[in-house]
Amino acid sequence: MTADDVILQVRGLTAGYGAAPVLQEVDLTVRAGTIAAVLGANGAGKTTLLRTLSGLVRPSGGEIVYGGQPLRDVPVEQLVRRGMAHVPEGRGVVAELTVDENLRLGGLWRRDREDAGKALAEVYELFEPLAQRRRSAGHQLSGGERQMLALGRALVARPKLLLLDEPSLGLAPRVIAQIMALLRHLRDSTGLTVLLVEQNVRSALSVADEAVVMSLGRIVTATSADRLRDDEELRHAYLGF
Amino acid sequence: MSEQTVSPAAAAPAPRRAGLLPGLFGRSTLLRHLILAVLAGVLLFLLTQQLDPFRNFQLATVAAYLCATAGLTLLVGMNGQLSLGHGALMAVGAYTVALAQNALAERGITGNQVLPLSLALGVLVTMVAGAVIGLAAARLRGPYLAGVTLAVAVAVPAATVTFDETFNSEQGLSVAVEPPPLSLGLYFPNERWQAWVALTGALLTMLLLANLVRSRVGRNLRAVRDDEVAARLAGIHVGRTQVLAFVVSAASAGLGGGLMALLAQSVSPGAFSLTLSLFLLMAVVIGGLGSLSGAVWGALLLVALPDLTHDSAQWVSLSPAVAQRLEGNLPLAVFGLTLIVVMIAAPGGVQGLLRRIGARVRRRAPAR
Amino acid sequence: MDRFVFLTFDGLSKGAVLAAFALALVLIWRAARIVNFAQGAMAVAAAYAGYSVTTATGSYWLGFGAALVGGLLIGMVVERAVMRFVDHSSPLSEVIVALGLVLVMQAVLGMVYGNEFLPAGTPFSRNALSVGEVPLLSRYDLFVFGAVLLVLLGLALLFTRTSVGLRMRASAFAPEVSRLLGVNVGGMLTLGWALASAVGALAAMLVIPTELGLHPHAMDLVFVSAFTAAVVGGLDSPPGAVVGGLTVGLILSYVSGYLGSDVTPMAVLVLLLAVLLVRPGGLFSSTVARQA
Ligand SMILES: Nc1ncnc2c1ncn2[C@@H]1O[C@H](COP(=O)(O)OP(=O)(O)OP(=O)(O)O)[C@@H](O)[C@H]1O
Ligand SMILES: [Mg+2]
Repeated sequence: MTADDVILQVRGLTAGYGAAPVLQEVDLTVRAGTIAAVLGANGAGKTTLLRTLSGLVRPSGGEIVYGGQPLRDVPVEQLVRRGMAHVPEGRGVVAELTVDENLRLGGLWRRDREDAGKALAEVYELFEPLAQRRRSAGHQLSGGERQMLALGRALVARPKLLLLDEPSLGLAPRVIAQIMALLRHLRDSTGLTVLLVEQNVRSALSVADEAVVMSLGRIVTATSADRLRDDEELRHAYLGF
Repeated sequence: MSEQTVSPAAAAPAPRRAGLLPGLFGRSTLLRHLILAVLAGVLLFLLTQQLDPFRNFQLATVAAYLCATAGLTLLVGMNGQLSLGHGALMAVGAYTVALAQNALAERGITGNQVLPLSLALGVLVTMVAGAVIGLAAARLRGPYLAGVTLAVAVAVPAATVTFDETFNSEQGLSVAVEPPPLSLGLYFPNERWQAWVALTGALLTMLLLANLVRSRVGRNLRAVRDDEVAARLAGIHVGRTQVLAFVVSAASAGLGGGLMALLAQSVSPGAFSLTLSLFLLMAVVIGGLGSLSGAVWGALLLVALPDLTHDSAQWVSLSPAVAQRLEGNLPLAVFGLTLIVVMIAAPGGVQGLLRRIGARVRRRAPAR
Repeated sequence: MDRFVFLTFDGLSKGAVLAAFALALVLIWRAARIVNFAQGAMAVAAAYAGYSVTTATGSYWLGFGAALVGGLLIGMVVERAVMRFVDHSSPLSEVIVALGLVLVMQAVLGMVYGNEFLPAGTPFSRNALSVGEVPLLSRYDLFVFGAVLLVLLGLALLFTRTSVGLRMRASAFAPEVSRLLGVNVGGMLTLGWALASAVGALAAMLVIPTELGLHPHAMDLVFVSAFTAAVVGGLDSPPGAVVGGLTVGLILSYVSGYLGSDVTPMAVLVLLLAVLLVRPGGLFSSTVARQA
């Protein structure tokens, strides 16, 4: 593993809400062009980790190096310009805006209007159902459509690193499989890096290259996804099945 | 209010106060408040003997304001309802007292019973007005309530023009007030008498409100303020509690307004404009919404600040026109600025600051 | 009958101004969930700026432009320097700080310009043009309608057709998500305040010449009426604000025409209470919770 392979390097990250820290001394290395799964029980701090990475939660200690540069005091709204896209827990579809507006919102920051338009068209191609519902308001969409919209909106930005918080939540197994397949496809075709937070361990491990398990705000194990999938003892110890 | 503004500590009896009075009285809140009121009364009585007429008049004005600010503190601080219309409620009290005084004087009724009678009438009428607003207020929250009370503050002065036969429009009414009782002596200074009357009203108000705040009703008020749903689940009738708070608060404002009418011996809509309502709110916020003591600071401020700006304006020599502009407006600017700064930087107000300083001093004391 | 027709047109003209002012309230409410109680004072301050420019240059239109630009700047400064720092956990603090602003601005205006009514001119005659025998509208009324209509159209286009409008709406509805998508939410908030304040300034410029003139308190009653209009419309809905403004304008015109102008403040109070107690949702919004 060479240094320029690494797109995200987290060292000793500590963060929380108010006085009590949620994340404690988190170390994490993500290589470019891989899918890394972040697993762990409810309340383990997975969402907090993603929120800290994208600047929504201020770290109280430690360091985040993204694309070779430390992210300190970089405003949240700047990160997407550096290629980091975050699909938040609960998807963050703006209910009052239409599908089209939600998608366009993802690319408004881009100077290259032409390519932004192209990216938008690609997303519509990728997600057929969205193309048919361009004028529907966000709150009229089904859970699956919302997830497509949230993902699509992130892709309009043509990100290098995608932070995904529980994309499978509330979706049918078939849709989950489609999303996972899409992630694999994007990784292979565009070299996208994904940090995938999931409760649905099987689905996540089916696409992930690496996996970390969090518990009580710490990373308790970091290994290859294959190993976690195949090593029953390890799985049992950290994931309970 | 935010949590800092009205810390639970505000409700607890100040330890200093408990220490001042022997344990015998410590148990009964009523008795303790009563003794405090009497003590304050004696001290103020002695004070009025020392002050010159002008200062006595100012003291009386503080007392009149205190009635209104204490009522407003109860409403905003303890119950979380915002009123921008307390100046209008003061106007209701003031006009009632004015009309009552004049009617009684016309009928040749004089004597010691006149003042209490007309003041009681003023309080009563304001209570009715407060109940009407309170009934509406109980169904409204936040900015909606603020908007309605703002409309009240604008409408009441205008009503004096509409019903000018009774209220005599912008000119207002002069108020027939008897001189101090002869039993006090022929040359008894009127201002000292005014101070006595106003201070009696203010002390009574503070006594009643302090007891109310410490009673079950007071706990209900705070419970509704902190969390309506929780209060409802605890069996508190939220609407009734809010109306009650408004009525009590209005009664205090009415008394304050009535006293103002007696002090100024006249009433006019200009004296009870929207600005007065905003001043009252500002006074209680700056004084500190956490406890009734904040209302005292607020009332003092209402009288002292215009005085201070007046004095300081005279230091720099200005043309009369400019000086006049400054004199009317400088206190407003200072008040407004203080209000913003306090809300942003020190939501506990003066009383909150004092309590924090006091707590720090006490914490250090044993170390020495 | 003639009087009724006259009062109707007068009410519509007043209503157009109230609609603009109510719209300014709605803009800030949607952007920040704040009822801007300082809006009247802010608008008056901008109008005074316009007055100064008009006095200095002799041109109404330069003053008019100055008032609008002044409105923009005042809104920006108020948001950046004050409102941004207010604790948003309680609606009380926002209202109280706004009132503090009212006191400061009115006091400063009083110090600079004095507390007398200053004459405010109009660019067009206020004499009603008659159709047949019936006096209907003045040229100034037409100017008012035109100006308000232009602003309404402009805002509608801005919010529905431009990317800035999309950003502003997104920031208001979902600030955090918008930030993740690269929207400068703080900037959008400032822009929202600036726009609202400029619309308020326009309303002030239009209404002040039809009342007693320029005065630090000139917009107090207008504010209360416009707040009522916004509440009638549901506080969340720009079209509601427009209809609410016209409705309130008409009612107030009839009240002051038939009962006397000193009755209007009470009529506003009664109207506001009636709407809040009878149709607490406003007439145009289905979901707004009055217990904000
Ligand atoms: N806004 C917040 N304020 C205070 N504490 C919070 C906040 N959000 C999360 N927490 C706390 O931080 C801890 C970690 O929460 P987090 O949302 O990161 O967990 P998670 O791993 O994403 O859980 P889940 O799988 O349920 O989404 C929890 O104990 C939670 O209670
Ligand atoms: Mg989570």
